[in-house]
Amino acid sequence: MTSGIVWAAYLVSAILFILSLSGLSHQESARRGNVFGIAGMALAIGATILHNTLENYPLVIGMMLLGGTIGVMVSMRVQMTAVPQLVALLHSLVGLAAVMIGVANQLDSDPMEAFAGVEQTIHLVEIYLGVLIGAVTFSGSVIAFGKLQGIISSRPLSLPGRHFANIIIGLACLLCGYLYLTAGTPEAEIFPLLIMTALALVFGVHMVMAIGGADMPVVISMLNSYSGWAAAATGFMLSNDLLIVTGALVGSSGAILSYIMCRAMNRRFLSVILGGFGSSGNANSVAAQSGEAIAIDHAEAAQLLATAESVVVVPGYGMAVAHAQHPVSEMTRILRAQGVDVRFAIHPVAGRMPGHMNVLLAEARVPYDLVLEMDEINPDLPKTTAVLVIGANDIVNPAAQEDPGSPIAGMPVLEVWKAEHVIILKRSMAVGYAGIDNPLFYRDNSRMLFGDAKDSVDQLLQQLKAT
Amino acid sequence: MKIGVLTESAIDENRVATTPLITLDLIRLGFDVAIEAGAGSKAGYADEDYLAAGASIAPSAEDLWSTADIVLKVRSPNPDSHAATDSILPLRSGQILISFISPAQNPALLETLAGTGATVLAIDAVPRITRAQKLDALSSMANIAGYRAVIEAANCFGRFFTGQMTAAGKTQPAKVLVIGAGVAGLSAMGAAVGLGAIVRAFDTRLEVREQIQSMGAEFLLVDIEEDGGGTGGYARVMSDEFIQAEMALFAQQAKEVDIIITTAQIPGKPAPVLITADMVHSMASGSVIVDLAAEQGGNCELTRPGKRVLENGVTILGYTDLVSRMASQSSQLYASNLRHLINDLCPEKDGTITLDFDDQVVRAITVVHEGEVTWPPPPIETTPVSTATTPPATNDPKVAVEDRPTSHSLVGLVITALLILGVGSVTPPAFMAHFTVFVLSIFIGWQVIWNVTPALHTPLMSVTNAISGIIVVGALLQIDSTSSLVVILAAVSVLVASINVAGGFLVTQKMLAMFKKEH
Repeated sequence: MTSGIVWAAYLVSAILFILSLSGLSHQESARRGNVFGIAGMALAIGATILHNTLENYPLVIGMMLLGGTIGVMVSMRVQMTAVPQLVALLHSLVGLAAVMIGVANQLDSDPMEAFAGVEQTIHLVEIYLGVLIGAVTFSGSVIAFGKLQGIISSRPLSLPGRHFANIIIGLACLLCGYLYLTAGTPEAEIFPLLIMTALALVFGVHMVMAIGGADMPVVISMLNSYSGWAAAATGFMLSNDLLIVTGALVGSSGAILSYIMCRAMNRRFLSVILGGFGSSGNANSVAAQSGEAIAIDHAEAAQLLATAESVVVVPGYGMAVAHAQHPVSEMTRILRAQGVDVRFAIHPVAGRMPGHMNVLLAEARVPYDLVLEMDEINPDLPKTTAVLVIGANDIVNPAAQEDPGSPIAGMPVLEVWKAEHVIILKRSMAVGYAGIDNPLFYRDNSRMLFGDAKDSVDQLLQQLKAT
Repeated sequence: MKIGVLTESAIDENRVATTPLITLDLIRLGFDVAIEAGAGSKAGYADEDYLAAGASIAPSAEDLWSTADIVLKVRSPNPDSHAATDSILPLRSGQILISFISPAQNPALLETLAGTGATVLAIDAVPRITRAQKLDALSSMANIAGYRAVIEAANCFGRFFTGQMTAAGKTQPAKVLVIGAGVAGLSAMGAAVGLGAIVRAFDTRLEVREQIQSMGAEFLLVDIEEDGGGTGGYARVMSDEFIQAEMALFAQQAKEVDIIITTAQIPGKPAPVLITADMVHSMASGSVIVDLAAEQGGNCELTRPGKRVLENGVTILGYTDLVSRMASQSSQLYASNLRHLINDLCPEKDGTITLDFDDQVVRAITVVHEGEVTWPPPPIETTPVSTATTPPATNDPKVAVEDRPTSHSLVGLVITALLILGVGSVTPPAFMAHFTVFVLSIFIGWQVIWNVTPALHTPLMSVTNAISGIIVVGALLQIDSTSSLVVILAAVSVLVASINVAGGFLVTQKMLAMFKKEH
């Protein structure tokens, strides 16, 4: 096969990838989009294998079969609540591959002889950047996986002088870069490259450790972006345009998602990345709460829902943790059959990754046209009879609008307190990830339904079925 | 406590103060409910339905007056009437009366009511604040009146509302002008748009513009900038200059439109005359005017309250009983308003009412308290209802969508261009070719990703994850190296990238398969 045909195949797969992403603009076209993506990937891999008259066919086929099988097994088994962890883990693999390909490229000195002068420098910079980004992506994603899986505490880790430590690591990476570029021989270059890799790994760990659980959607999006840039840097290193195109697409996708998530929390990207949300002293500025939260029992809550004209359900991470999406869906069906207008309100940062709640509700077969975004539902909330808040806290906190001293002041929130009644399903009176109290619980029209989200919804379901 | 519901004795009054459905709710709150025999019959609710809901039936009004602790009525009691139900005398000390009162218009009535020693809650004195909207019976009734005005107009109007292309030829759509965009006006706009008419609307308050447009009507403007928004959701009186311009606008519109519905009222004053006799005469024969302000004298010079007038081929409807003409619907909404009020007054759900004068709503509606006139209440600062319910501009979805960070600033563009030139000056063409591809791809990604619906952000991440497994191509290019270490690294890269590709695509497929629309 001639080189021209391979490049043509790469061009077609790049187009297929773009179509794949644009297919996601609507639920109807999304599945076709995924098929385009698979086709693009198959074409790219097929063309590469056929073009390079590989000697190591058995090794390649064996590795791909093994990797493919592991991928299939993992994705078949994964629960929808665990998708954020899976995505984090998969990001780490891209980072790992980028590091290994970069190092391999460095070791494989043959192609180096083709470069000289400026081109040589550029090539070295490409390797260096590819390995750097890959290493940060790898270790950062592993830590993100650990936090999401609950292996590592999701509280932000605030080491004393952590910003200082980051600066030192950054300077050290620059120094290694200088040593690397001026080393002269491929053998001498290896050492600074590996030192930098180790530093980048430490940096990735430290960066994600410092970020709290509520900021996970930003972190996941950011790592998504990094994995794209790592692929793009690898593309530069290997002079492969398909890698560059794909990497740039993924990189900008992740960057846009990070931006959307930051805007949804009214925070600057830098302040999320620097970490330590809610740990600064300003939490004390929250005005002391007056009044006490009033509890409600399941029978009362069920009756309120059954006699309501309209109900809006606000799911949060608590619903995911308790796996309550299936009974919630069942409850929605029953209430809708009784003529109650039940809809769902999704805050952009609800859950642990962008769109997490939508996926869970879709899994439980809640029709997606009942699931609305914050901007769509907020104007309807004052006309709503009852709001059911399931395992959400900060995203329904009126302090964001009413208390300028609150750490979440200015963050767009779902204005559930404007509804006639608010029922909050909650394990206890504990604070959310932002670590601040929620005045919503003390409102006149708020009622607390204490207990595990799934147990509570199950009981509501029984009550509704009984009547 | 026992709630008594009386038959309305006023002529042309078909409403009743509670319905069988609401009776259930009242009993659930712990009250006993007694209904005067036949009270709901004109609204379509039979005594048996009340009995089935758990109420008792009182044989006579006297019986109810003597046993009930709380009396629910629609119309204010009329001391001059001889009918027993409307006589003040049966009202006794300690009793609570809830009904329309119009305290501003009826100071003498307040004195008479106070003389009995009872407590009177005026449902029409509910302040116009967001929290009290569910109690706002005036709005409930205005909504019905606006709807009915259109229905009555359609009844007298000899043509279709909607334009049609039929085999026999084309019919023109009716043009409707609604004056005043209060609850009644907006409701009329909705009903007229629903029937297919072209609807225009005028209001002195600029703040209602969006509400008018949201009903599908066109907002008419006069050429003078003056905002008539006042407190309490009512318009204030405008300058002479403005009124002249406004009248010129109406005169112009009268020649064009087929139907005029007027809703302009000033609290406690006669309704302003907006449609003069000359304007009526300038209207095409067959046109209809519905005057919702007829009870306060009418917005049209030729309106006769309660009557249908035919003037020069133009029908002028001055009906004052529009709400009563839909007694079933209006009774149900009125009863719901009362139920919300009683629910708020009965926090313990134990069938007793407590009046908390610290609650500004309770304070405002209590016009007579244990024999003392307590009206008017101390003023409360309220914002118009419309601004309270409209989300702030920053929450506007349109603004949010457009709020992308753009690199449109000229300075940014220049700096970017210079940077790219700088890179190009020191790098070989081969690199610049790749760099071009890179930058253009970022642009494509930027354009494409913003169109992804937020509900699919998780599938977006997993699919981008899968395609970033394209890095496997890089590993494939290295696997034939002579160095065994490189081969091992490349092989492991192929392995992990393959996991990524297979896992990413499959989990995306799994997620997307779950997104279902309701059929």
